Amino acid sequence: MSQDIFVVVEHLRGQVADISYVMLAAARELSKGIGGHVVAVLLGHKAEGLAGSLAADQVFYLDHPALTEFTSDAYQKALAGLIGEKQPRVVLLGSTTIGSDIAGGLSIQLGLPLASSCRNFSADGKFVSQICGGKIMAEGDLPSPTALVTMVPGGYKPEAGQSAQAPALTKLEVAGLDALRVSLAKYIEPEAGDVDISKEPLLIAVGRGIQQQDNIQLAEDLAQAMGGVVCGSRPVIDQGWLATSRLVGKSGKHVKPKVYLALGISGAPEHAEAITDSDTIIAINTDPKAPIFEIAKYGTEMDLFDLIDPLIEKVKAAKG
Amino acid sequence: MTTIAPAEQSIYDKILEATPTGERLRLCLQCGNCSGICPFGYLMAYPPHRLIAYLRADRFKNVLDTDTVWMCVSCYACTEVCPSDIPLTPGLMTSTKEELLLAGNVPTELQRALEFSQRYGNPLGESPRKRADWAKDIQPEVKIMGKVRQPVDVLWFVGDYPSYHPRVQSIAKALTKVLNALGVDFGILGPEEYSDGDSQRLAGERGLFEMLAERNGLAFSKYKFNEIITTDPHAYNAFKNEYPRLGISYPIKHYTEFLAERLDQLKPLLKKEVKARVTYHDPCYLGRANEIFDQPRALLAAIPGVELVEMYHNNQTSLCCGGGGGGMWLDGFQWEKAHVRLSEWRIKEAINAGAEILAVACPYETPRFEDAAKTVEGAGELRVRDIAELLAEAMGD
Amino acid sequence: MNIVVLMKLVPDLVEELNIDPSGTALDMSWLRLIINEFDDHASEEAILLKERGGGQVTAVAPEYEGVDEVLFTAAARGADRLIKITGDFVAANNHALARASAAVIKELQPDLVLTGVQANNDLDGPVGPALAECLGMPYVGYVSGVTVNDGKVTARKEYPGGLIAEMEVKLPVVLGIQAAEQPPRYVAVSKVRMVMKTATIEVRAAEALDPSGGPAVGRMFQPEAAAHAEMITGSPGEVADRLVSIFKEVGVL
Repeated sequence: MSQDIFVVVEHLRGQVADISYVMLAAARELSKGIGGHVVAVLLGHKAEGLAGSLAADQVFYLDHPALTEFTSDAYQKALAGLIGEKQPRVVLLGSTTIGSDIAGGLSIQLGLPLASSCRNFSADGKFVSQICGGKIMAEGDLPSPTALVTMVPGGYKPEAGQSAQAPALTKLEVAGLDALRVSLAKYIEPEAGDVDISKEPLLIAVGRGIQQQDNIQLAEDLAQAMGGVVCGSRPVIDQGWLATSRLVGKSGKHVKPKVYLALGISGAPEHAEAITDSDTIIAINTDPKAPIFEIAKYGTEMDLFDLIDPLIEKVKAAKG
Repeated sequence: MTTIAPAEQSIYDKILEATPTGERLRLCLQCGNCSGICPFGYLMAYPPHRLIAYLRADRFKNVLDTDTVWMCVSCYACTEVCPSDIPLTPGLMTSTKEELLLAGNVPTELQRALEFSQRYGNPLGESPRKRADWAKDIQPEVKIMGKVRQPVDVLWFVGDYPSYHPRVQSIAKALTKVLNALGVDFGILGPEEYSDGDSQRLAGERGLFEMLAERNGLAFSKYKFNEIITTDPHAYNAFKNEYPRLGISYPIKHYTEFLAERLDQLKPLLKKEVKARVTYHDPCYLGRANEIFDQPRALLAAIPGVELVEMYHNNQTSLCCGGGGGGMWLDGFQWEKAHVRLSEWRIKEAINAGAEILAVACPYETPRFEDAAKTVEGAGELRVRDIAELLAEAMGD
Repeated sequence: MNIVVLMKLVPDLVEELNIDPSGTALDMSWLRLIINEFDDHASEEAILLKERGGGQVTAVAPEYEGVDEVLFTAAARGADRLIKITGDFVAANNHALARASAAVIKELQPDLVLTGVQANNDLDGPVGPALAECLGMPYVGYVSGVTVNDGKVTARKEYPGGLIAEMEVKLPVVLGIQAAEQPPRYVAVSKVRMVMKTATIEVRAAEALDPSGGPAVGRMFQPEAAAHAEMITGSPGEVADRLVSIFKEVGVL
């Protein structure tokens, strides 16, 4: 039994995901409260290079061909072995398509308690989770003996989990990865040749409030006038009004533009978590109680359909 | 009616039985008047007369694979002109929509409104507990029957949109002012009020309609009142023509009927001039469906300064705003097919009639016409006002 | 193919949520419970798979207020068997639900178990992965497409940015559904009412619910409305002017 805080690093096709850095930052803060070292756990194959930017005291690197890319069965088995052996105080996993797939299984398999949707830790080491669309917060002591915790972004800046200096790396053998039941057949790319909204500095986002497909043109007009790019929240993409590559949200892209102009978006957590790293969020929504106003810097209750045309005019005039 | 399981009846028989005069379906001459006058008839794969032809030829299955029946806004134009007096709207179109619903063929927008109606008792998806919130800050306090538990003279059935839609709540508040000025002893059901269900019924959800009616009937039976008035012609239609068959029967008036009866008392209170050319849009469910044309006009004529003008289509020929029969929740769907809105046509008529104010008497209309006015050229100055709002304005402060 | 769908009911966020007097849990007396949206998708996906490839769908749900209607709706869509698990589920966590459901589902010997990928009140992780472990089955979550071939399932798993991973899994497997391949179909009220007369809900009593594995909540609270946006008012022209000056200030114009 140690006091260590493990962080299960998430990576996809050679890139470390932002949530890993968020968790490393969280682990660092948590260790200030409860002590213990921050240990990054990296699973992969020939993937030592990914450890270079991790802000951790040390890295446990589990190498095995079956861990090259994430599959739930292999990752869960490998981690079960490691956690069972090392018995850390806390294991942080992402509340993501990777972490959430295995945390529950680990909990039952190892008989360890699990707290999910954790946004941050209090100074005295309590977990603080958000549920019910962000309307309710639940706080509690970290359960014993080893607390499994899945984390959502928003509580810590990814930069705080990055390091210029590569941490000490220990390669560990992984056994028991035969008879795997889940295999990755292939990845399917989203439509090629489209913009990468996560790299764009100016995003004009449309939500349910845009009401119908034809109105997206208004957003396109504004985007064109301003030199920005149109993106959307889940309802808009589900309807097929924008390509999946334009989805901003938990299951879409996380964006960090200079300006995020949200038109008719309520700001539900799945969307909010993907935009909290924006410099300036401006929200246009006729509902004064829309959660987006809590994370936006500026807002207006004006109907977007009343505002868009004058705005396009004024933008064009300003550009001269 | 015998209780034959629907699956065993032919659809033709089902439709014949759906309405009291449904048998008149047999008398269809295939003249095509109905399809000709239907505002969206030109877009339907099976406009009314062709629906009947396919029914008779036992080829109704073909219809179930199409979706243009959802362009029907249940405006009664077809029913009005049918030479054989077939109940086309409540019988044929409603039953066809019901078949489509049962086959799972329903546009998503409409599905949501129906699911909301089931779950929350209103198609907007608002909490039923907040149904009387619009009246919160009004003095004197609006009587909510469940709270005051005393008999009232008039039970005012407010309706979904006046209760929840920000624009239409102004109409509820305006009518409150008028009723108070007339010293009417009224109460509302508040959270015990459910959607009247009429538009949902016309959109094919008979089961939902009955469920909502049962709940309203239960609420009505708990309290003592002499009559029901309503802001909503759709509710009026339901209470007058459909609820009695379910055993729920009360004297019912639309608020314009109620106020027109009291015109002598009302007129002296209308002291402030509303100087404008006003045109009145006959709501489908007040006018064509229930023959109330004069009372709303009498109220408008009583307002000092008002000059009444008529649009090209008026009274029986009034053009639907597009909100009925589920149309209120099919905007995106109907726009994709038509690229034109009925409400926009009507705005153009109002402008052509030289109107400065478009007066309405149905809660669907104010938001629909105001939205349409935003996109019709020349409609920038046109004001859309419910009659209740104009009366309240004319009463001054 | 023998498909089981596990559904649960969750607080409806349309209503206001209150914390109960103990300060550690939601006040359930004030709540409206509705089907978990993702479980609704799981139910639809199960019916789609049955329509495509034949088989039987069993809908399973724990006893909450309103569960009967949820089960009857599943039957109206096409579920063949309905099972309600009774027990004190009101305050139960997903670990307890997973254990109780696993006991019932095991007997059904399913090829495929579908459940929603998450629910709005999950505090101890979603139920799917825990259920899978209790059943000794593998789990793939965030699934938005399922193909069954020859004893194997190809599950399309969603990754951020529109990327999809095709995971191949040998049956039996538990899948956490993110979205069904088409939106959950509408069921007319009259159809549900008809089904209520003809379908039966089998009842299985859960043995004592075991919530171990869930975290203890010391305090539940509503977040303070954090620094609220600076609201801009005025005419459209005035609001537009202010926005343009903001755009200039931050350097995008």
